[in-house]
Amino acid sequence: MRPITLIRNARHWRTGARVDLGFREGLIVENPGAREAGSVIEAEGLMVAPGLVDLHAHLREPGQSVKETIATGTRAAAAGGFTSVCCMPNTQPVLDAAVQVEWVRERAAAVGFCRVHPIGAVTMGQQGEQLAPAMALRNAGAVALSDDGRPVVKASIMRRALEYALHAGLPIVCHEEDPSLKGEGVMNEGFTSTRLGLRGIPNAAESVMARRDVELAALTGGRVHLAHLSCAESLEALRDAKRRGLAVTGETCPHYWTLTDEAVGEFDTAARMNPPLRSAADRDAVIAAIADGTLDCFATDHAPHTADEKRAPFDQAPDGIVGLETALALTLTFLVKPGHLTLERALDLWTDEPRRVFGLRPVRLEPGDQADLVLIDPDAEWTVDPERFQSKGRNTPFAGWRVSGRALATVCGGRLTHVDPAVHVARARRDAAADPAAR
Amino acid sequence: MKTADRGLAQPGAGLVSSLARGDVDPDRVLPLHRDPRHLLGLEGLDRAGILALLDAAETFRARLRTGGMPFDDLRGVTVLLGFFEDSTRTRVSFELAARHLGATVTTLTTAGSAISKGESLYDTVQNVRAMGVDLVVVRHVASGAPYFLARHLDVSVINAGDGRHEHPTQGLLDLMTLRDAWQGRFEGRRLALVGDIAHSRVARSAIFGLRALGASVTIVGPRTLLPAGISELGCTLASTVEEAMEGADAVMALRLQRERMDGGLLPSLGEFSRVWGLTPERVRLLNRDAVVLHPGPMNRGVEVTAEVADSERSVILDQVQNGVALRCAVLARCAAARPARGFDRASIRPNREVA
Repeated sequence: MRPITLIRNARHWRTGARVDLGFREGLIVENPGAREAGSVIEAEGLMVAPGLVDLHAHLREPGQSVKETIATGTRAAAAGGFTSVCCMPNTQPVLDAAVQVEWVRERAAAVGFCRVHPIGAVTMGQQGEQLAPAMALRNAGAVALSDDGRPVVKASIMRRALEYALHAGLPIVCHEEDPSLKGEGVMNEGFTSTRLGLRGIPNAAESVMARRDVELAALTGGRVHLAHLSCAESLEALRDAKRRGLAVTGETCPHYWTLTDEAVGEFDTAARMNPPLRSAADRDAVIAAIADGTLDCFATDHAPHTADEKRAPFDQAPDGIVGLETALALTLTFLVKPGHLTLERALDLWTDEPRRVFGLRPVRLEPGDQADLVLIDPDAEWTVDPERFQSKGRNTPFAGWRVSGRALATVCGGRLTHVDPAVHVARARRDAAADPAAR
Repeated sequence: MKTADRGLAQPGAGLVSSLARGDVDPDRVLPLHRDPRHLLGLEGLDRAGILALLDAAETFRARLRTGGMPFDDLRGVTVLLGFFEDSTRTRVSFELAARHLGATVTTLTTAGSAISKGESLYDTVQNVRAMGVDLVVVRHVASGAPYFLARHLDVSVINAGDGRHEHPTQGLLDLMTLRDAWQGRFEGRRLALVGDIAHSRVARSAIFGLRALGASVTIVGPRTLLPAGISELGCTLASTVEEAMEGADAVMALRLQRERMDGGLLPSLGEFSRVWGLTPERVRLLNRDAVVLHPGPMNRGVEVTAEVADSERSVILDQVQNGVALRCAVLARCAAARPARGFDRASIRPNREVA
């Protein structure tokens, strides 16, 4: 039997108790003793929590590996404390067939640094016309369906998709956007878009579609998950759905609680994303909906692009920012520190809650659970430096920000996928096979 | 904090919107606007900076009227006129101004340039920069394109109209024309701005410029053509054109583009001219000695009747004439503030970030 890897003197994220955690062959073991340990990770002063889950990331493979690959994207995930990433199907080709989903999973198993759960397309080629084979996609490992980035425009198709997805038991992740209301908009419609002469996207472009999909959830009984909500009106739609007891859940992303459209400043393409950064009132509504439990969980909408692509006039630059390596710190710095959330609840929104929303296997750090965990220093102060990102993407509006909270080590399936040089790992036996960092 | 240096708002800071209220340091929030090598917009320019340009323009106007051209203020300076969008008035005006001052001038338009072969704006201008251009005058359909060039290339940039954002030299020549009409006093004066505000770069520059000089601006137009939050720029909204023009010291009609009928923004041209057009009856509501401006090109019978356009109150051709002198002043200012370089190796280092 392989030796145990032991984490010593960590603080339990829920109970606050001092714990020793051991794991072997990917699973957490009962009452680990130091004598059996092959490696010992000193976690004095660190908090141990289940690994973070991102329900919404763009890993860009297959087809756009100039922006990101499964290897670099999952390495970024591990560095950010994530052990599971759900990747969006708007790749080239689109993940609309079992073989594509299988390819992503096999690739991730071969080169990845975290679990990768593909999200299949709702319609073939994300064209919004013909349903993708939900059953085959699920059987191949898809955990949800989405036409992310290209909303299903026809209500009739969305209705049928929701009905059919019930067979597969999968939620449909809705990128809420009415294309005609969005028009050629490139940022939030408001004072800043007027100041800069950029075409605006009104809040209603998102909330009109959110309302539609809530009504379709009511009609069909289907599972709707509202992705990356950015504005007060959409949060109201989610609140309304929950009041009515519908199977509707929702997420938001760190940039919607940290930034407003003023971040566009002098046409800074690092602040261009879709949905766009909104007004201060919307940012406050997002924080309120996090605090009152309207929002079910967080996600990053990690969307890497090359420097060349982002180096363009604002209205020609692509939408999106990277998020995996800043998510935890932006949560702790801007939600926990000001007192909007407790640290425990904030971590739930990155761990338990997203696992519940997508029906992933729970991780509670109990014996028999998969050893997916993260060691966090909630008070570690650092400066965001895109040049040090593991992701290929450097597109972030947070460059230079002083933040606190950092994942110092990440373990996925018993494998040490990320370890900060500050963490002391003692390898008791010189047994290469026992080295958790070995591939 | 470093984020503020980049113009990014930390949560709650509300940096940029408060700029209109004047309680933040524009050097910090708008570093590019405030760099004297460039003229990217009138936003963020202060009273003294604007008046200095207007004074210089008056001097140039006097010199141009006396004749004896060309001058040699820009001798040895190479100016690229990058007009990536159609223009008559502005391009000719810049070209004349640069030639009057003895600059070497070359013109680049989208048609027939490498842009039409798919080269990026960045690469095109970087190549031109490597040939020793000192100053780029750029007209582009994308709002912010001149900022993009100023941020990524080590070259002086003058905005000759970017999308629907700003047209600072037009704004300045409007101010110059108004200064003549208003006997040099801006305080207590009011301009009525009528028509398509949403798509107008002229409107934004006029608002920023007049506000900096202490004049007020009333805007009026179809609700479909008023952008969100426009009043936060420091102007008042009127509900009818009569209300806006009553007692105003000047009125500016903005060009209405015919394609605005397509997106459901307006029912018809006829309806627009009946409700918002400048007619002789409406012009009579203005103060005595008030003037009528139009940035051109005019749609006679739409924004403005022929009678008003050709009336004594119209200063439309003064605007055009002032444009040449004003652009001389802007070229001279930016050329003087640029680092002394030109045709050297340092200018061809790729990807040099200067912001």
